[in-house]
Amino acid sequence: MSAVQLNEKPYSREWLLSEQPTSRHQARLGRAYVIWRRFSANRLALAGLGIILLLILVAIFADVLAPHNPVQGDLRNARLLPPGTAGYLLGTDDQGRDILSRLIHGSRLTLFVVVLVAIIAAPVGLIIGTVSGYAGGWIDAVLMRITDIFLAFPKLVLALALVAALGPGIENAVLAIAVTSWPPYARIARAETMTFRNSEFISAVKLMGASPFRIILRHVMPLCLSSLIVRVTLDMAGIILTAAGLGFLGLGAQPPLPEWGAMIASGRRFILDQWWVAAMPGAAILIVSLGFNLLGDGLRDALDPKEAGQ
Amino acid sequence: MTLTDTTAVTRRNRRRASSYGMAVARFVVTVVTTFLGLLAVTFFIGRVVPIDPALAIVGDRAPAHVVERVREELGLNLPLYQQFWIYIKQALTGDFGISVLTTNPVMTDIARVFPATIELATIGTIIGALIGVPLGVLAAVKRGSIADQIVRVIGLIGYSVPIFWLGLLALVLFYAKLGWVAYPGRIDIVYEYTFTPATGFFLFDAIWQGQWDVAWDLFRHIILPGGLLGYFSLAYISRMTRSFMLNELQQEYIVAARAKGLSETRIIWFHALRNAAVPLVTVIALSYAGLLEGSVLTETIFSWPGLGLYITNSLQNADMNAVLGGTIVIGAVFVAINILSDLLYRTLDPRTRSR
Repeated sequence: MSAVQLNEKPYSREWLLSEQPTSRHQARLGRAYVIWRRFSANRLALAGLGIILLLILVAIFADVLAPHNPVQGDLRNARLLPPGTAGYLLGTDDQGRDILSRLIHGSRLTLFVVVLVAIIAAPVGLIIGTVSGYAGGWIDAVLMRITDIFLAFPKLVLALALVAALGPGIENAVLAIAVTSWPPYARIARAETMTFRNSEFISAVKLMGASPFRIILRHVMPLCLSSLIVRVTLDMAGIILTAAGLGFLGLGAQPPLPEWGAMIASGRRFILDQWWVAAMPGAAILIVSLGFNLLGDGLRDALDPKEAGQ
Repeated sequence: MTLTDTTAVTRRNRRRASSYGMAVARFVVTVVTTFLGLLAVTFFIGRVVPIDPALAIVGDRAPAHVVERVREELGLNLPLYQQFWIYIKQALTGDFGISVLTTNPVMTDIARVFPATIELATIGTIIGALIGVPLGVLAAVKRGSIADQIVRVIGLIGYSVPIFWLGLLALVLFYAKLGWVAYPGRIDIVYEYTFTPATGFFLFDAIWQGQWDVAWDLFRHIILPGGLLGYFSLAYISRMTRSFMLNELQQEYIVAARAKGLSETRIIWFHALRNAAVPLVTVIALSYAGLLEGSVLTETIFSWPGLGLYITNSLQNADMNAVLGGTIVIGAVFVAINILSDLLYRTLDPRTRSR
């Protein structure tokens, strides 16, 4: 074995792909490398990753990138200018605001919603799913009944009712979407937990005297993560579309915030003559959710080769 | 047959019967708890929210004793579990309160508008299934080809596009620019007072009564929102069809059929698709349920007088009774379709029947 190691410089291709990793570090990096190679062989998935990275960069540097103020327009000179007008690449809206600048600043709101929903819903689903799967018995039965009830609700309609009750606003929209998105995560985490609940390494940890709390937190949850990440990424597009739908109905971000769905709603009045006011933000939503869908598909194929090609 | 044999058989029959009884009992428990859960969630939304229902009725400038009397009348001073019990009893009799906006009982309103939504979702599902299934089969048979890629892209865009935005663009193109379809709404104002539908399903009624001019007008109204919903169910149905068909085409009976010399068309459309059809029924039912929900935004764009438009209109006017009533009805139909598709799956697939 030492002979093999002599040929393998650290961080080289051979070192990464080694069948006998000598450290946990090497094994982890090796696995990541294999996944990355599978992922990057998929051109569409790379395109999706590119779109999402671009979205993140645009959101970070929105202040630098946006040529105009996204909230304050030039009412006197710049109302409803068509795309391509000097200084206004994508045209202006009815209040003389540059649509491109509003889209750039709106990317922050989109990321805000997506990240926050993921941060709230994924851990909730993970905890409920792993506890349910590991504990079994009546705990499992009760938790899964609750999950099924939330799963039975049509997502958008439940979110609508929740926001209607809580009052419009982007925070309430996030909360409503999070309440409707955790059940599938719980289902997935439970299914994963069930597959290795009775396996030997869990028995070994149990023999060493680990508490159920520790087993779930340190040994069960990490193993559920990869399938959960794939599912969350695939759900991102749906979250963006739901948030945009709520915004379109006036229940999400409130004016003058440049939320993309709300921008479509305000452009609706001019759709026949000034189509770009509504068309541009919709195109932005389409591109970003397409990016998340491509990324999610690619991740699923890379992490789970069994499903690949189906 | 000896005595021991017969007792063994009866014992086995009894065991089978009791496991069947257990399955039915479990099924009933599932259905009942799901519906109770639906009611609990809407009850929670309606009662524990910041808005005081009593204040919503009398206004915030009413004197304290009036507010107190209204609270008493609404039963808001009772303990929460008693309120929930009353809520369940009312919901079971179809009593969701009075709509503030229309001053009708919410259930009457919903009964009036729901057929329009069903009609729209049905047209959407028919379009989605008629186009989506062949596309999925094509993609699976010509796996990896240009056709497969195109079907994939069509599906991906369907998953990624905001439905209300696509609807707006379609209206601009097909109504304003090309003039191919009628303006938003369900029926032309000319026919609105002369046409008397027997059921709530206008298109069906018009054809049944032989009023072809009305039917044509209805068609010109429904084709755009119906086509739009059809596109969304197509995206889902074609993707699932492709995956089911790929699974079937790998099976050995396909090799056997080829070896027998059957034509490729016959193998694909009669042998493989027939076996893929069982899970497909579930998928189509689920997409139908999804369209009932998708109609909320579509109806808003196309001024389609269905449940979705009713809910959004009520939302704009803070009419919580109507919003929650609509939510319960859509939720209940959602659950019912899920259960039906599950039952259908069991009847269609003999493998799931006796284990």
